[in-house]
Amino acid sequence: MERTRKSVVSMRGVSKAFANGVRALADITLDIQDGEFLSVLGPSGCGKTTLLRLIAGLASPSGGTLSRPAGRNETGFVFQEPTLMPWATALANVALPLRLAGVARAERLARAAEALAGVGLAGFERSYPRELSGGMKMRVSIARALVSRPRLLLMDEPFAALDEIARHKLNIDLLALWRRERFTAVFVTHSVFESVFLSRRVVVMSARPGRISAELAIPVAYPRDEAFRTSADYAALCRQASQRLGEAMAVADAA
Amino acid sequence: MSAKAIAPLVLGVLILAVWEGAVRLLAVPSYILPGPVLIAETLVADWGLLAPSLGVTLAITLEALAAAVVVGGLLAVLFSLSRWVELSLFPYAIVLQVTPIVAIAPLIIIWANNVDLSLLICAWLVAFFPILSNTILGLRSVDRNLLSLFELHGAGRWRTLLHLRLPAALPYFLGGLRISGGLALIGAVVAEFVAGTGGNASGLAWRILEAGYQLKIPRMFAALVLISAAGIAIFLALTLLSHLLLRHWHESVLEERE
Repeated sequence: MERTRKSVVSMRGVSKAFANGVRALADITLDIQDGEFLSVLGPSGCGKTTLLRLIAGLASPSGGTLSRPAGRNETGFVFQEPTLMPWATALANVALPLRLAGVARAERLARAAEALAGVGLAGFERSYPRELSGGMKMRVSIARALVSRPRLLLMDEPFAALDEIARHKLNIDLLALWRRERFTAVFVTHSVFESVFLSRRVVVMSARPGRISAELAIPVAYPRDEAFRTSADYAALCRQASQRLGEAMAVADAA
Repeated sequence: MSAKAIAPLVLGVLILAVWEGAVRLLAVPSYILPGPVLIAETLVADWGLLAPSLGVTLAITLEALAAAVVVGGLLAVLFSLSRWVELSLFPYAIVLQVTPIVAIAPLIIIWANNVDLSLLICAWLVAFFPILSNTILGLRSVDRNLLSLFELHGAGRWRTLLHLRLPAALPYFLGGLRISGGLALIGAVVAEFVAGTGGNASGLAWRILEAGYQLKIPRMFAALVLISAAGIAIFLALTLLSHLLLRHWHESVLEERE
């Protein structure tokens, strides 16, 4: 049933080589359906970030065809670091995409405040990034990515630098946001557990050059909560994903 | 007052006391080394002569600093917008910086054919480079991911400059400004020495030369005190400006807090 849904992103034989000759990606064929939550799982250096930058339009493929949402506010991006402007308040940081899109001041501040409240940071509008904890900064970053109501949210290992408690909380809150706002999510991670917990589908990548080596469906209904995290299903799925990842790394080492 | 402010004050008072005591005890003649008390008395007695000179030197310093901010800042922005402009012009900016001002001041004085203008040019030449090089560094030290974000949201070169590069460069610019403030004063004083102009509208450097010719050594020291005080005042004013602009967000202002 999922397959019949419209694709938001469609990649056919996409490859990417850098000017220095490094082949970052080879023969990537991938469809991302409207409204799905897809995780890209792979070891460091397998081209996950490059894949995300291609989908965002921040880089162009060396070969193959790629279709993606073309509008400038249809794609939101969350980086590995919060990537906030330190001189601007949380509210001004969240309002940035609207400001760049030319939205009037009153409207953009109202929408930014709403987005901040959406990530549980109501009351922190006037705080500067340095006054916020790592997890709160990441929430501001997510609010900024969602403020323009994008169809597609791209996340590049956003919680990798957080402690486990903050990460678990953000995982659950991210799923709640995804169910509420109905965007398509692409989540890059090197954590097996995170990918299984969050997504409907996990794509496993292997390195040198980066390519898709396996795909794994996570057929568990949402909402998923802490009970799912401790369930036998979850453990079994994590074991499967872990095996796929192990195979992918073995392939890369042999190559 | 904090211990941070008291410690240098105590040391200063101690040194002045030792100085005054030594001058009196050893009966050093005032044309060799006047004591601090005599210097202070001279400062008060000659205030009518020294104050206008202080005004002249300060005016040149501040005008040169303003010109350095405008030219250094604009050139830095221009360099950040065009790689070719930077590649072509930056070596000449370095040439200007490394050429001793004393060596080219006579030329500038001949060419400018106007004392005030030539002093201004000399002081500006000394002052503008730190602002230029620091601001360039700041404009380049922008978070790569923030640049990607601006690109993702379709911000062009100008809006990226206005909303991202300029604010990111502000702490660097202010650091350069603090260096340039002191250099503008030094440039103004050195240029005055080289120009050696007399008359009513002359600066503190000329007062020092004049006092030297007349062996009025206490007045020489009084003028020197005024130059130092002016330098300290400029530094403090620029530090305050920097603090006010950066207090909410920059690490350099926050380190004292818990």
